[in-house]
Amino acid sequence: MGKYLLIESRDPYEYADTNYFYDLARDLADRGNDVAFFLLQNGVLVARSGAKPDKVGELRQAAPRVRVLADEFALRERGIQKDATAPGIEVTDISTLVDLLVDDGRKAIWH
Amino acid sequence: MTKILSVVEHAYAGTLEEQDDTVLWITHMIKNAGADISALLRGNATNYAVRGQDASGLRFGAASLAVPPTLEKDIEDMVAKGIPVYAVREDLEQRGIKPGDLVAGVTPVSKTDIARLFDEHDMVWHW
Amino acid sequence: MSDKTITISLMDPPYDSETTTTALRIADAALDKGISVNVFAYEGAVLLTMKAQQAHPNPVKGTTVEDQHHPTTSGFVGALFEKAAGDVQFQWINCGMCVDERGAADWIDGPKRGGPGDFYKWSQESTNTLVIGTR
Repeated sequence: MGKYLLIESRDPYEYADTNYFYDLARDLADRGNDVAFFLLQNGVLVARSGAKPDKVGELRQAAPRVRVLADEFALRERGIQKDATAPGIEVTDISTLVDLLVDDGRKAIWH
Repeated sequence: MTKILSVVEHAYAGTLEEQDDTVLWITHMIKNAGADISALLRGNATNYAVRGQDASGLRFGAASLAVPPTLEKDIEDMVAKGIPVYAVREDLEQRGIKPGDLVAGVTPVSKTDIARLFDEHDMVWHW
Repeated sequence: MSDKTITISLMDPPYDSETTTTALRIADAALDKGISVNVFAYEGAVLLTMKAQQAHPNPVKGTTVEDQHHPTTSGFVGALFEKAAGDVQFQWINCGMCVDERGAADWIDGPKRGGPGDFYKWSQESTNTLVIGTR
């Protein structure tokens, strides 16, 4: 079983291509990999509760073992309150991303 | 040796003045440095494997683009160098690109194979 | 040397993308944790370290240069060089041909000129490598 850190910096409103990255997270998890999916920059725009499409909800349903995290600074920068984020999102800071980056054997992929 | 997969998706950005795609170029350079590296074309970058691209003839006053990019040849050169080049089949189809439109040596893969490709490589550089 | 190192590859020019700031945040957080950081600046990212960058006022807000405190990316990068200490290293390579075609050779103290071979070498020596492309 491998490990992945998938960093989604883009949102589905400006970039339809984000669908690929969410599907990739699902497919990697289906193959038994440990997947951390980290939203930052405009990628956090899907993290607001009520956002459509519900990309986080869809991913959690398709691949419940995927760990979904969101950058606290990016949320705050966009006025998304921590208690107004969609269920299942772990709000954290950039130091957690660094911890994941140096986790031995974890492949880091930015989108 | 570390197996590296170089994923190219953003296409035709600066290719005219750079005279090549900078990610295909760096992938080839890193092969030259001794790496075991493959390339995956996805999204708009699948169009790089299409035969018949022609960017010649640009001129701005007296200044011309005397040496235009030749992206399909760059792909062929990568294949000749021993760099496996994959292209996502669904992205080709979405753009109306048929198998016969491609330069030789490019291997289509399904989007459902991408996760397997990622697992088969030690590093994935997603440009 | 610290026992962990990350290598980051960047492509975006300054003031164009939030990616630059995020990359600097990652580098800063890594240095805080005693993790060494290598940055390979490719294409437009070679402009991040240009010495001639200057702060400016903001006429819309009516601020002076001093009031506005406009950051420069070269200032931020310089601060990361100053932050690294002891065994924890911060290294920056500007890709040489990218520098040449942009006329970006006059950079702050710290960065060095290099090429893809340096990036590959770093990738083989680091705990992990993060490639950040451009849009």
